[in-house]
Amino acid sequence: MNKEDKELLEEVVGEDPTKADSYNIRKNGKGIDRKVNPNINIAPKENNSGIDVYVKDDTLFGTVNIPVIITESGLTDVVYNDFHIGKNANIIIVAGCGISNNGHWDARHDGIHRFYLEEGAKVKYIERHCGLGVGDGKRVLNPVTEIYMKKGSYMVMDTTQIKGVDDTIRTTKAKLEEDTTLVITEKILTSNDQQAKTEFEVELKGENASTHVTSRSVATDDSYQEFISNITGNTKCYAHVECDAIIKGNGKVKAVPEIYAKNVDANLIHEAAIGKIAGEQLMKLMSLGLSEKEAEDVIINGFLK
Amino acid sequence: MKKHANVFANEITCEFILMMIIKIERRFMLELKDICFERNDRKILNHINLKLDTGKFYVITGPNGSGKSTLAKIIMGIEKPDSGTILLNGEDITNKAIDERAKMGIGFAFQQPVQFKGITVYDLLKLATNKELSKKEACDILSKVGLCAIEYVDREVDRSLSGGELKRIEIATVMARKPYIAIFDEPEAGIDLWSFQNLTEVFKEIGATSQGTTLVISHQERILNVADEIILLGQGTIQKVGAKEEVFDHIFKPKKCGKEVAPCE
Repeated sequence: MNKEDKELLEEVVGEDPTKADSYNIRKNGKGIDRKVNPNINIAPKENNSGIDVYVKDDTLFGTVNIPVIITESGLTDVVYNDFHIGKNANIIIVAGCGISNNGHWDARHDGIHRFYLEEGAKVKYIERHCGLGVGDGKRVLNPVTEIYMKKGSYMVMDTTQIKGVDDTIRTTKAKLEEDTTLVITEKILTSNDQQAKTEFEVELKGENASTHVTSRSVATDDSYQEFISNITGNTKCYAHVECDAIIKGNGKVKAVPEIYAKNVDANLIHEAAIGKIAGEQLMKLMSLGLSEKEAEDVIINGFLK
Repeated sequence: MKKHANVFANEITCEFILMMIIKIERRFMLELKDICFERNDRKILNHINLKLDTGKFYVITGPNGSGKSTLAKIIMGIEKPDSGTILLNGEDITNKAIDERAKMGIGFAFQQPVQFKGITVYDLLKLATNKELSKKEACDILSKVGLCAIEYVDREVDRSLSGGELKRIEIATVMARKPYIAIFDEPEAGIDLWSFQNLTEVFKEIGATSQGTTLVISHQERILNVADEIILLGQGTIQKVGAKEEVFDHIFKPKKCGKEVAPCE
């Protein structure tokens, strides 16, 4: 791992991944560094196609850090990472991908992450994506997240894609059993001619399952974003989906909500709002002495914080 | 003899300087000249002339639709007059943008507080003061508007706060700036009766301690009581400027419609 790799890693995970209890660092399609502990095992799949992370029952306050970096132009990396979280374990997982593309060819990472939460498991999953480099080859990220939640489990998924990713299709699918809660917060900023499409499919199967999906996005310049959510309530359950987007310049955002209640006790809410920065917000900040540009930056940074 | 002359000359100089200081203090901070503002064929402000003295507490009052808010917005630069001039310490600011006026010392508390997703009360106060503000200082500012500060300082300025809470934070952002000219557009709107007494105290304190000019749009007698001068607006024109008694006499005296009638008729 060289200095650039370390910088890219820091950009992705915001800290030194080797400080976590357990970690697996993947560079250009190969695992390059790994640490496990008695409670958390990371086992590579065949042909470098990914890892299986096993967290033992009742593991408390564990952290797993699994960043991916790509520095080769023209590389397509497909990886399958499966997380098996034991009963009543409580764990933080940090994943992310940084692509530094200085060449002419597209560099692409498709991470397929599957989470299997046993009864009473609690997971906080943080995922960050960014693209760097000066090459005209694209930085492409297509993450797929599948979440299977058993009775009484709880998961928070926090995803951020703030800069430099040219093309992305994000797919998140979840199946929730009894007394489970899934909280998803997604933040996306696109600029230039970038495109981002994000799709959520959540099935509330068990009684008292609930989900909160919050998407905050900013589309500037000529970029395009699409938000699709599809929530099905099969029984007594609760869902709240909130899609909030700011558009600037020629930015375009499309929100497609779909909520499907199959039971009289299913309570499903979808809220979507797309618009430019409110004039009053600009005026208020300008009345505090900020220029129009400074005011815009403060509003957008706060919105995506 | 020469020495005496010097002393005499010195005395004259001192007196001259003193006169100048008094003159500066009496200088009109803000002057509106012949301001007109028309929308949809309705004259919202019709040839408004007004001078606001430094160190004074003014309240603008008048019926709904009389042009009060528009007048306040024109001073801040949120609205542009169709004609007329705005002078701040003699400098023409009619074409200056909101942020330029803010930097020149004008502050404005909006009637409808603006909400921001992801921006905390602390962030907003830091922007308002434009300096490294400690949490303690931020809390002190919030306490002044009657908010139990520590509970609020890290909360986002969004719809999770009630209308009254947002309103107090809005007032706090203006107080934090310590502007030369502080404008409050209906500060009592949306604040419950119990908290209102507390708010009146806030304005009393501003009135007593502010070195600059305070301009409040209000209908509340308690705030009118704090005013040095009341400006009564009606149908886009200034009906009366004066102390409370004079203006109240003007408001409540029976109107003549051919014959003397009681106001409620």
